[in-house]
Amino acid sequence: MSQNTMNLKVKVWRQKNANAQGAFVTYDVAGISDEMSFLEMMDILNERLITEGGDPVAFDHDCREGICGMCSMYINGKPHGPWQANTTCQLHMRAFKDGETIVIEPWRANSFPIVKDLTVDRSAFDRIIQAGGYISVNTGNAVDGNSLPIEKQNADDAFAAAMCIGCGACVAACKNSSAMLFLSAKVSHLALLPQGAPERKSRVLNMVAQMDKEGFGSCTNTGACEATCPKEISIANIARLNKEYLGASLSAE
Amino acid sequence: MTFKQMFTSSVGKKLVMAFTGIFLVLFLVVHAGLNACIWAMDGGVTFNKAAHFMGSFIVPRILEIGLFLGIFLHIIQGYMLTLENRSKRKIGYEVNYSKGSKWYSRSMAILGTILLMFFVIHWKHFWVPSRITGVEEMDLGNGFIVHNLYAVMQDTFENVWVVLFYVIACISLGYHLAHGFQSAFKTIGVHNKRYHAMINTIGFGFAIIIPLAFALMPISFYLHWVN
Repeated sequence: MSQNTMNLKVKVWRQKNANAQGAFVTYDVAGISDEMSFLEMMDILNERLITEGGDPVAFDHDCREGICGMCSMYINGKPHGPWQANTTCQLHMRAFKDGETIVIEPWRANSFPIVKDLTVDRSAFDRIIQAGGYISVNTGNAVDGNSLPIEKQNADDAFAAAMCIGCGACVAACKNSSAMLFLSAKVSHLALLPQGAPERKSRVLNMVAQMDKEGFGSCTNTGACEATCPKEISIANIARLNKEYLGASLSAE
Repeated sequence: MTFKQMFTSSVGKKLVMAFTGIFLVLFLVVHAGLNACIWAMDGGVTFNKAAHFMGSFIVPRILEIGLFLGIFLHIIQGYMLTLENRSKRKIGYEVNYSKGSKWYSRSMAILGTILLMFFVIHWKHFWVPSRITGVEEMDLGNGFIVHNLYAVMQDTFENVWVVLFYVIACISLGYHLAHGFQSAFKTIGVHNKRYHAMINTIGFGFAIIIPLAFALMPISFYLHWVN
């Protein structure tokens, strides 16, 4: 298979630190193979910047396999770039055309402050998880497999919700900077399983309270989060979260 | 947990929008149904009787207070949520993400503002004369005297600009409902796929039929389909 090379312009948000004034800087990147991944293209740009004595573009990445949730760029007006159900690290340069200008922005939300360039602080998600995204586990002997029967549909729905990698694309895509798709995935995943039952009510109340404390917006069901989610988390989880919240808040003391 | 905490959380604020929204949806059915009496083709007798019932019977009068409370709560909460949600992203994007959602889902506040402007004018046209300043009366025989609101409608909808404004408001209502109807049910927790599909279909139909029925009212008077 022959590979094509292309010359591109990359318009990147550069910002020295959390308090500095940021601005877009446009770079020419030449000789990019369409078989490269997007992050490899960024690596090439950074190698060049380092060689030239400049400051490389800071961006988050880790596994580069689409499963860790670290990569986070907002590319040409969509979190994780133009492909559906895809993370930035799994995006390839064949998605772009020769001569194209690619606009790369960080996740934009007050709750995700910029650390540097394209890197944002997503520890708000960690604090939401800490507020209730866990189960009380009896850490005795290992139990036999399938000793706790779980309905197939519930197991499937819980697994689909557990696919959430916490990347924050839902917040970045939402016009309200709402974290509801993330939260609803975490709440649904545990609420559907018997292991999640003991903390079911306190979990949803505490996690919603923490989400509000972190300064995320309210959900207005536009569906932008679901459309951009790399793991295709269903917006139906948000409706389930609403039901969990309504039930828990009505019955709470 | 207090009720205040419950309804002031991010989810709770949406519950207020959803409950008031569903109440207003029910009101639209009643309003459209009663107004459809103009098509009875009897010079407004049926319509005026229906309007008289709504204006004189205690139950609709009590519901009217609920309606005003509901509508103002929906408006105030809607604006507060919009402003609050906008403030959550101080620096916006160079390229906006518009493909993942419908334009009307993102424009509920603008559509709602058009509807609010419509309400002010609509109340001035009908509610204020009927409740406060008084309207011409109609004798239906045996001393049964009612307000001739039918004549007020005939008179109001002679003006093409008024008719046009009402039609624009109905289109806004259609798009507002196209998002609002199904969104309200999601907010109160309907997540079952079967019911979800059903609500989407009903909501879509509702968003077409109700605004269309309302829009046909001023058009019917203007084009003299009814007299």
